[in-house]
Amino acid sequence: MYVYDQYDQKIVDERVAQYRGQTERFLAGKLTEAEFLPLRLQNGLYIQRLAPMMRIAVPYGLMNSTQLRKLAEITRVYDKGYAHISTRQNVQLNWPQLAEVPDILAELATVQMHAIQTSGNCIRNTTTDQFAGVAGDELEDPRPYCEIIRQWSTLHPEFAFLPRKFKIAVCGTTQDRAAIAAHDIGVELVADAQGEIGLKILAGGGLGRTPVIGSVVCEWLHKKHLLTYLEAILRVYNQNGRRDNKYKARIKILVKAMGVDAFRDAVEQEWAALKDGPSTLTDEEIARVQSFFTDPDYQKLDGDAAITQLDELCVKDPIFGNWVKRNTNDHRVLGYRIINISLKASGFVPGDITDEQLERVADLADRYAFGEIRSTHQQNLVLADVQMDQLYDLWQGLQAAGLATPNIGYLTDMICCPGGDYCSLANAKSLPVARAIQARFEDLDYLYDLGPLELNISGCMNACGHHHIGHIGILGVDKKGQEFYQVCLGGSQGKNASIGKVLGPSFKQEDMPDVVDKILSTYVTLRVEQESFLDTYRRVGIEPFKERVYLKEKACQA
Amino acid sequence: MPSLIKKGAIVEDDWSPVDPESPSPSSEQIYSLDQWLQLEDKAGSAVQIEPGQSPAPLFDFLQQIALVVVNFPVFTDGRGFSYARELRERGYGGELRATGHFIRDQLTYLQRCGFDAFQMADESLLEESLAGLADFSEHYQGSTDQPLPLFRRRV
Repeated sequence: MYVYDQYDQKIVDERVAQYRGQTERFLAGKLTEAEFLPLRLQNGLYIQRLAPMMRIAVPYGLMNSTQLRKLAEITRVYDKGYAHISTRQNVQLNWPQLAEVPDILAELATVQMHAIQTSGNCIRNTTTDQFAGVAGDELEDPRPYCEIIRQWSTLHPEFAFLPRKFKIAVCGTTQDRAAIAAHDIGVELVADAQGEIGLKILAGGGLGRTPVIGSVVCEWLHKKHLLTYLEAILRVYNQNGRRDNKYKARIKILVKAMGVDAFRDAVEQEWAALKDGPSTLTDEEIARVQSFFTDPDYQKLDGDAAITQLDELCVKDPIFGNWVKRNTNDHRVLGYRIINISLKASGFVPGDITDEQLERVADLADRYAFGEIRSTHQQNLVLADVQMDQLYDLWQGLQAAGLATPNIGYLTDMICCPGGDYCSLANAKSLPVARAIQARFEDLDYLYDLGPLELNISGCMNACGHHHIGHIGILGVDKKGQEFYQVCLGGSQGKNASIGKVLGPSFKQEDMPDVVDKILSTYVTLRVEQESFLDTYRRVGIEPFKERVYLKEKACQA
Repeated sequence: MPSLIKKGAIVEDDWSPVDPESPSPSSEQIYSLDQWLQLEDKAGSAVQIEPGQSPAPLFDFLQQIALVVVNFPVFTDGRGFSYARELRERGYGGELRATGHFIRDQLTYLQRCGFDAFQMADESLLEESLAGLADFSEHYQGSTDQPLPLFRRRV
């Protein structure tokens, strides 16, 4: 992973000092609430319902064990002993003290971490595929480009006061695991007709109040133009994006209003002035950043023997076998597997992890996975490089820490925002809904029978829980001061991303497990053979689900 | 006379502020964009642009204009940062002044985008705001004051 040199360290250290001064001026009454607001947001600090919430940047979801231990220590000293993995692969603290945030930032800086631009109307943390570098279907490792974008966007002088937040995602695989079409800018590594790898640029995607799938602005861009092209897009947006209405301020609204062709023309015009300028990437710089993302010291293993041995163990211990089946993925190197650590145990907040668990994962990563840990936008963790013959030991370690729930990709592996329990923007609580659904669908055999299912919950229109792109999406809404939940079906992420369709009138919180149950039983009745929920939905449409879910109400009315 | 920060020092302003309503502003005065567009001789002129007013009409006169003022009615409206870079990248070499309600914590960014003069709504803050210019000594991106991005300068 990327390692800071003296320049990177200096920038982060100076940022900590700057924010310390800003906090002191605010506490001394020299900065108004309104003035302090964007400054603290751009250092990751929200003021939430019960306490400040702090969002720590995890650039493209990559961490080492030292950083994980530091996070554990921070949650113990400055918070309540747990942290939360967000859908932007970041780490959130729920209970820090405003006056102590500069100290937290200083602690983070000692392990090459920061909270720069994790919030506010600026360019946010760049995200990518959690399997980057180890996936078999990868054209090229996207992480060096994420790091190049991270550096370019960090404290960018021109784009710190944009109309609205701005999110960029990069992917390098045919199966897009980074949801790039749902981002303000999506970057995909693609080959042209001659096989040269360049960049496809999408713009204007986004979730929130008006979900939109991004449009292609450039089919193939030479890699060296990455930064000047991004700069051109941002410049068009910064000057022309709406600032009169925060719900219409995202770039997706601008792209829609202008039309993608006119938008592209405007970008090309700006780009003409920047193209081939000093910000054009050099081969040396791309190579320098790539040098941080080389292969770890893989052992030369006998792949077939490793598989046979693992299969035997799986038969001998079916619980282990089930975990291997559900929570691990193919690795491109023989004898290795990718391990998913589920943070979706029943009874726990989706994405939460305690200080002790953080330390346990750090230890296990050191022992079995080259000391590297990844966070995912599905709010789980990944150990990317584990030898098959060490899986059993690793699994035992995870199990002892309560981190071996075998539900990756199934119904209870849901995405969920912190909701009304913590967030002051939320219209409704999301955690109790998640908990009730987890409790109702605890039977693993039933979950596996349902097959791959993404259930996403957001407590408000801001869609932090990505409800629009869940196969089943749940949105908390406020109806005359009461919390209700709207359900949408058929959303999906990835290459064939789609926005879910609203099922109908919203439901009370206590009815949600029943509603989900009815949706699932409709699917089970209608599916043919191995058809997934999403495929069934796409075949039969929303009507059969609607009929089934609202049947009882109609009967009552009659 | 109002004061402002210019080239790292606090000095008095040579120009009279913009008066968009005036039918015949004096040549010592900063013109609004509308007034300025009417000017026949733009040599040595000063013009103020507001958020939403593209600096494009100025592009053909960048060698003649003496002062461009970019107004920040609210500090969270960042359009002026892009206006500044567009002007500088097209070769404007005269004074580029930020005026209005920007805050001290934005001075480094403003300077990096090409502003070399800062007129703050609250003049009493000028002295301590000077310190804001020294918040950072290194930057990743290329910008107006240092066109070479860090990756071209790393040793």
